[in-house]
Amino acid sequence: MASYCGAPYLLFLGLVILVYGLTPQRLRWGVLLAASYLFSWSISGRLVLWLLLTTLTVYLLGLRLSVVLERQRAEAKSVPRAQRKAVKAKYLPRLRALAAAGILSQLAILLTLKYAAFFCKNANALLALLQSPVELPVPAFVLPIGISFYTLQALSYLIDVYRGTVQADRHFGRLALWLSFFPGLMQGPISRYGDTAAQLWQGAGLEYGRLTSGLQRIGWGLAKKIVLADRVNLPIKELFSNYESYDGGMMFLAMVLFTVQEYMEFSGTMDVVIGSAEIFGVRLPENFRQPFAARSISEFWTRWHITLGAWFKDYIFYPVAVSGRMKELTTRARKRLGNHFGPLAASAVALFCVWLANGLWHGDAWNYIFFGMYHFALILSASLFEPLFQAIFQRTALDRQSAPWRAFQAARTALLVCVGELFFRAHGLRAGLAMFARMVSGFTLASFADGTFLSLGMDGQDYAVLLLGILAVAAVGRLHGRGLRVREGLAARPLAVRWACYYLLILIIVIFGAYGANYEPVDPIYAAF
Amino acid sequence: MDELMEILQELNPAVDYATCDKLIDDHHLDSLAIISLVAELEDAFDVTVPAVEIVPANFNSAQAIWAMVQRLQEEG
Repeated sequence: MASYCGAPYLLFLGLVILVYGLTPQRLRWGVLLAASYLFSWSISGRLVLWLLLTTLTVYLLGLRLSVVLERQRAEAKSVPRAQRKAVKAKYLPRLRALAAAGILSQLAILLTLKYAAFFCKNANALLALLQSPVELPVPAFVLPIGISFYTLQALSYLIDVYRGTVQADRHFGRLALWLSFFPGLMQGPISRYGDTAAQLWQGAGLEYGRLTSGLQRIGWGLAKKIVLADRVNLPIKELFSNYESYDGGMMFLAMVLFTVQEYMEFSGTMDVVIGSAEIFGVRLPENFRQPFAARSISEFWTRWHITLGAWFKDYIFYPVAVSGRMKELTTRARKRLGNHFGPLAASAVALFCVWLANGLWHGDAWNYIFFGMYHFALILSASLFEPLFQAIFQRTALDRQSAPWRAFQAARTALLVCVGELFFRAHGLRAGLAMFARMVSGFTLASFADGTFLSLGMDGQDYAVLLLGILAVAAVGRLHGRGLRVREGLAARPLAVRWACYYLLILIIVIFGAYGANYEPVDPIYAAF
Repeated sequence: MDELMEILQELNPAVDYATCDKLIDDHHLDSLAIISLVAELEDAFDVTVPAVEIVPANFNSAQAIWAMVQRLQEEG
């Protein structure tokens, strides 16, 4: 069941829907919780205990935080306004200690299981360089499924309780369900307790409208995964594994195909995940919003893996950028450097923290750290050069909102994103750099002219299906961008039209799906994180 | 409120703060402006603006910013 787009998951989902529908409302949360732990156990086995440990830790610390916060509020209410700061200051060390205990314990689990081997390997390399006889043993921990996702959710819960934006949950089952809800456990979206926990708890009944709408979205997601993401898997595997045998044109092809694959696989899985939750009356946050319409890298990250970007913004970027020292730095720098460059230093420090965390979150390898630093450099340089661009546009009287300029910006952003994805997918940083160098210095169309690109596991028909599929996904994205909802529009059509569309979608998956002897399905990319 | 208007005018004079209620949504205030604004608000009104307050609802209009400042002053 290690994929949301395979038959085992869909069968499991069907069974859960059946049991859920037959269970009285007040017990439905229990069905979802049992299903979620069964789902996690089916993939991780006994490692599901890590999830339980995380849940228990944040549950107890959340309760403790709420007790201290209650005392603080009661005392603050009983004193004049002028003394409230002193009351806050009195309780702050205790609150901070509790929040730090929770954050550090969760980070310790994640860092140990996910990064200990990476750290030991690099430490050994350094020790060998220094000709030291010491060699650290390299641990080989197996990660419980979804640890990177549920750890971020657990941290957000603790921080939100500490900040007072959510009440600590007194019901262990409700918190456990929110942290483990099976559709989002493996690949997100990273939901917030305040947005999702109550919906999960309410045990909404099965409704025809939600059921069909959820199934439609699942079907759309499966089409993206099976027809498009799986179709491009063989050439991607070949080009990334044996890049030395191909020219720069093929490196460009590998880069573009992987970006398409990652988008179709991840966004398709999100369609399956969000559609599954919708059936149970749970609205999970969206993770994609036409990412390739973005006109800058910073805008791209508000459209791609939205919940991860929002997490880093809320829990790293602003807390660092407006922390005491950074505020002092901003105030001093603004007096000397003005409104634009003044806050740039604080922003740069916060951005660096965000992108280092982003890179590391994706995996324990240098190419992921490079991926993070690449985006850090792009976003920071855009801020640095913005006054220059403004001056150029003012002098030349060019319109920054004109259609050609917007199209250029979108194309440039897409190209920069693709370059980042090349390093993301490469077998290590060295391979990524070699592929990039080969693409830039040895770019040629020879492999397209002599038909090499058709010998990698995709023929002309495959490329035609891919192109049509991309256009269809782009068209649906554009409709959503204009506020039109395809499924709502479909629901208003006559029965015959609706069912014709359902059959058409099923037929597209069956006929054009990339399965069988000539294809190899791609493993869930984000489940590995 | 007048002092707040002066701070906002200094950050980006091209915006009509009396009427605009989409300062964040329409990108009139970007993250750099928010970082500056928070530092200015803390100096001018003797409040601490924690990161949790940095949400569009609190920064989309001059009125919303002023309401947040008053609330933070009240909370102490």
